[in-house]
Amino acid sequence: MTDTLAIELKDIDKRFGAVHANNKVCLQVKQGNIHGIVGENGAGKSTLMSILYGFYQADAGQIDVLEKTYTFTDSHQAIAAGIGMVHQHFMLVENFTVLENVILGSEGGALLADGLEAARKELTRLGDEYGLKVKLDATIDTLSVGLQQRVEILKALYKGAKILILDEPTGVLTPQETEELFRIFGALKKQGVTIVLITHKLREIMAITDQVSVMRAGQMVAHKDTKETSRAELAELMVGRKVLLQVHKNPANVRAPLMKVKHLTIADKQGVERLKDVSFELRAGEVLGVAGVSGNGQTELLEALSGIVPMTSGTIEVLGCEMDAKHPLAPDRLRQLGLAHVPEDRQRMGLISDFSASESALLGYHTDPKINSGIWLSDRKVEANCKALMQAFDVRPADPQLKSANFSGGNQQKLILAREMERNPDVLLIGQPTRGVDIGAIEFIHQRIIDMRDAGKAVLLVSVELDEIMSVSDRIIVLCDGEISGRLDACDADERTLGMMMANALDPLDPLQTMDDHQASVKQKAHQETQV
Amino acid sequence: MSDLFLTILLTLDATLRVSTPLVLAAMAGLFAERSGVVDIGLEGKMLASAFAAASVAAVVGSPWAGLGAAIIASCSLAMLHGFASITHRGDQIVSGVAINILVAGLTIILGLAWFQQAGLTPALDNDSRFLSITLPFAEQLAFIPVLGPIYKELISGHTILVYLAFAFVPMVWWVVYRTRFGLRLRAVGENPTAVDTAGLSVVKLRYKALIIGGVLCGIAGAYLSTAHNAQFTRDMTAGQGYIALAALIFGKWRPLTVMLACLLFGFLDALAVRLQGVVISGIGEIPVQFIEATPYLLTVILLAGFIGRAIPPKAAGKAYLKER
Repeated sequence: MTDTLAIELKDIDKRFGAVHANNKVCLQVKQGNIHGIVGENGAGKSTLMSILYGFYQADAGQIDVLEKTYTFTDSHQAIAAGIGMVHQHFMLVENFTVLENVILGSEGGALLADGLEAARKELTRLGDEYGLKVKLDATIDTLSVGLQQRVEILKALYKGAKILILDEPTGVLTPQETEELFRIFGALKKQGVTIVLITHKLREIMAITDQVSVMRAGQMVAHKDTKETSRAELAELMVGRKVLLQVHKNPANVRAPLMKVKHLTIADKQGVERLKDVSFELRAGEVLGVAGVSGNGQTELLEALSGIVPMTSGTIEVLGCEMDAKHPLAPDRLRQLGLAHVPEDRQRMGLISDFSASESALLGYHTDPKINSGIWLSDRKVEANCKALMQAFDVRPADPQLKSANFSGGNQQKLILAREMERNPDVLLIGQPTRGVDIGAIEFIHQRIIDMRDAGKAVLLVSVELDEIMSVSDRIIVLCDGEISGRLDACDADERTLGMMMANALDPLDPLQTMDDHQASVKQKAHQETQV
Repeated sequence: MSDLFLTILLTLDATLRVSTPLVLAAMAGLFAERSGVVDIGLEGKMLASAFAAASVAAVVGSPWAGLGAAIIASCSLAMLHGFASITHRGDQIVSGVAINILVAGLTIILGLAWFQQAGLTPALDNDSRFLSITLPFAEQLAFIPVLGPIYKELISGHTILVYLAFAFVPMVWWVVYRTRFGLRLRAVGENPTAVDTAGLSVVKLRYKALIIGGVLCGIAGAYLSTAHNAQFTRDMTAGQGYIALAALIFGKWRPLTVMLACLLFGFLDALAVRLQGVVISGIGEIPVQFIEATPYLLTVILLAGFIGRAIPPKAAGKAYLKER
């Protein structure tokens, strides 16, 4: 590749009120390279890229694209200069077709018919060239997240992007979809497209980028060639101190089961079985990891165990009580028994974005007599409660009056974890504890989970991050299509085995199980033969 | 037999006349809501333009001048709505209701100030209002069985604004689904951020939608006071703006189905007039109020399950805020 600079940013400065989001940021990206930008949540990566894309305007600084200086006042000008952006939250109109989404903003004339035809041809060509296949007449809401992302990339390329910026592109993807995305990156690079990848996943940075820049607290702190750096070094640069990438833990001291799940089946409103005949035990003093590609029954499992969705059949024994389809226990009752639940989707179920932190820190525990006199909530105590939680979990900023929505993802998560963990539950259900959370906070959260386990509590950890499952859990079960497709001890787990189990492409490791299956298939064969 | 046939024809004829302002107002609402702006001020805009049309027509003596005044009045209010809810991101419902209340009072005061009649304008003579148009050959073809009377009684004999209103429907469809503007309009009502990142102005698109709505609403108001009637009377819209909104939901924000919903509501209205005082054996006299309430009841009942979920444009009702 030539040494032309695709992007050169000089002394970019941007403030949002009191927050100094970008402080004299400089960046050089060579043409045809894949350039990673890493940093913790709130380090200013997304703001910087939004400025480059013309979505925000910088307070000061200079932007050069392909060695020409620009002042972007809206995204239209950035698009014209050859910049395309794939946002973290997709910018797609859900009830439009792929084709309509792609041409929006560059329709090629006042009437749609011609533009649609031309776009169809061009998109077919782009699809062939880069291996970006997608049904052009499908509406967006029928497409998987991976395909929606593909539409975003196509959209940028269709508008003539020579430089593609992707903001946390793999946050919502399954491992397979991520691999497919990286393959597309390869194809794009071959055609001379420059790619800027914003992420906080160091594994991806190491795997795919040529150069990497590190941001911390609104400033650029380092520029490195990927070959000459390491995950540990990058992590340290991001956080500003040494980071443990491995979780340190003592062997588990496992005691009696606190929860026994037997033949649990959950059917949704359409009657489709989301969870099929799932049985397992959760014991005091252990972390049981639940692995699986997102959408294979993990959500239903968490919601059934916490009493949110009704069971279809099976029984759950928890902390000395039993529930089944006819005798459900309400979430509130389970909470009183000593079961806490950190939901997977913190925005939707974990807190209320319009509430102040002190109110969100109270959800589910508002009837606590310490705070609630029966009629009145004591403001002072509600605030003291929140202050204590914030202190215990290092939630920043430690302001109980701040709106929940105004905390970064990691701090929202810490607040929810604090709420559920500080009341010392005996059974803790946690969904995706570190989704969208930065490295420093991940380390902290993992340590807290291990502390719970060492205190003799039972923890069920649902996560799509295999690293997390493998390093935090003691035992692992894998869900595939609503069934348990594998069980193993964490010390026996590696990424390949788990991956195969997640795709249900592996015979269960347990030899006895294999035998049973074998016998069953023999029996079935015999049965078929007698029928013939 | 032929009496019954004629009765049906006349009822349908009345349906068309009563539906006209509903169709126009509903199309106005369609543009606004598709762009993401809830337009509860349809009622007020219609009332204001009815007053403007009747006043100017009475003074100048031309219905077209009245129509122009109506459109200006309605568009001004639409811009007021836009200024409050788009530029300053105020609550769209509050701004719309404010317009309705403002107009209800203002028409009475201005009527008193200009014409010394509270909430009335002078009666219009035939020169200064829109008159029925008899289509060519209506009389000559009347003898043809079935089709002749349909042509003469139902299709012929309306004012120009009626034909205009129904001609607008396919045009609206075409604009919304077949043009660049329509694509952008639909997009901005569903996901304004997507529109913004595509390099388009959310604010400009929404203002454009409100202007179009203003024009259509102006015609609806002019129709009420200078075509359907010959004078402005106090509160003469009588909730038709709200019925148009109901039709919009009922027709799921699609031009053709919205028009059918308007026709259904118009038919019930026409039926109410025809059933006034009629005694039906076994039931007795149907209270007029009951029939007048039917459009609303029907909307509630049908929306509760019969026509499936009516999903509004996703961003409708929300002001667009770019920087967090």
